[in-house]
Amino acid sequence: MSRLIRLDRTGHTELASWTAEDVDSQGAAIEAFRRELDEGMLASATLPNGSAEVVRELPLDAELVVMRRPIAGG
Amino acid sequence: MEAVLAEAAAMPWRRRANQRSLAREGRIWTLWSVGIVVTFGLPAALLIWIEPLAFPVSAIFLGHGVAVLHLQARRGARGVKPIGPAQNPPDRTALGFLGDLVGHDSRELLSETGLALQRGKLGAWLVGQEGAILVRPGGHRVHCFCVRVGEAGDLAAGDRVAHLLLALREDEEGFATVANRNFSGATWRLKRQLAQPSRPALLRARELARQAQAAG
Repeated sequence: MSRLIRLDRTGHTELASWTAEDVDSQGAAIEAFRRELDEGMLASATLPNGSAEVVRELPLDAELVVMRRPIAGG
Repeated sequence: MEAVLAEAAAMPWRRRANQRSLAREGRIWTLWSVGIVVTFGLPAALLIWIEPLAFPVSAIFLGHGVAVLHLQARRGARGVKPIGPAQNPPDRTALGFLGDLVGHDSRELLSETGLALQRGKLGAWLVGQEGAILVRPGGHRVHCFCVRVGEAGDLAAGDRVAHLLLALREDEEGFATVANRNFSGATWRLKRQLAQPSRPALLRARELARQAQAAG
């Protein structure tokens, strides 16, 4: 089960989850993903080696995709 | 092609940080510190040489120099802002997520010190709510950065750290490019200024940085 989550005031919110077999859940996840991007969020896909990758399209094979806000120098 | 942090790509005027640029910045900070020691120490020594009874004035003058060096390191230490105890459900949810993100090895350190440890090519990082500390390979030098979530007003402390940690994992050099520097110097100088609960995190990061250099 893959998850799309957003870091927000509640701690985090699960926006969508999907599996490789369930095309409908994938479609819903892609839609939720695009909506977040349109609102100015950035997407970060966690890779198996512990690093992360910025993504502009929802990687359906990723286990976890996190929507985060932009950072800036303090 | 290596991933580039979106925030760093949006700042084309800023030269991208790398091993060389960090080493150069470190040397500049060292020169600056030496300059402070000379500026305050030399006149103090000269004054004692001319008139030993002027020792109290010399001590005050020298004290000013030492205070400047302390203030610089303190600024670096305070910028990082560790996570405090969870106060409400969103705090606990955010901490739980961050714990999953850092993994088993660093989870305990995170709960004890409030700082998230992350290994990188540039060294070992400690990430707080509004800043990060980079311990360079070898463990002798640290760089302190001010960096935060752009609109963090409603975010739980754990989520602020998670944002920074994800950005760091996406593009380490880009992260160092976006962040503003506020101190670079010897690790022991920063350790003295860090809050006691956060010091084990710095020691652990220094250990990792030493191992990284030993491994080549």
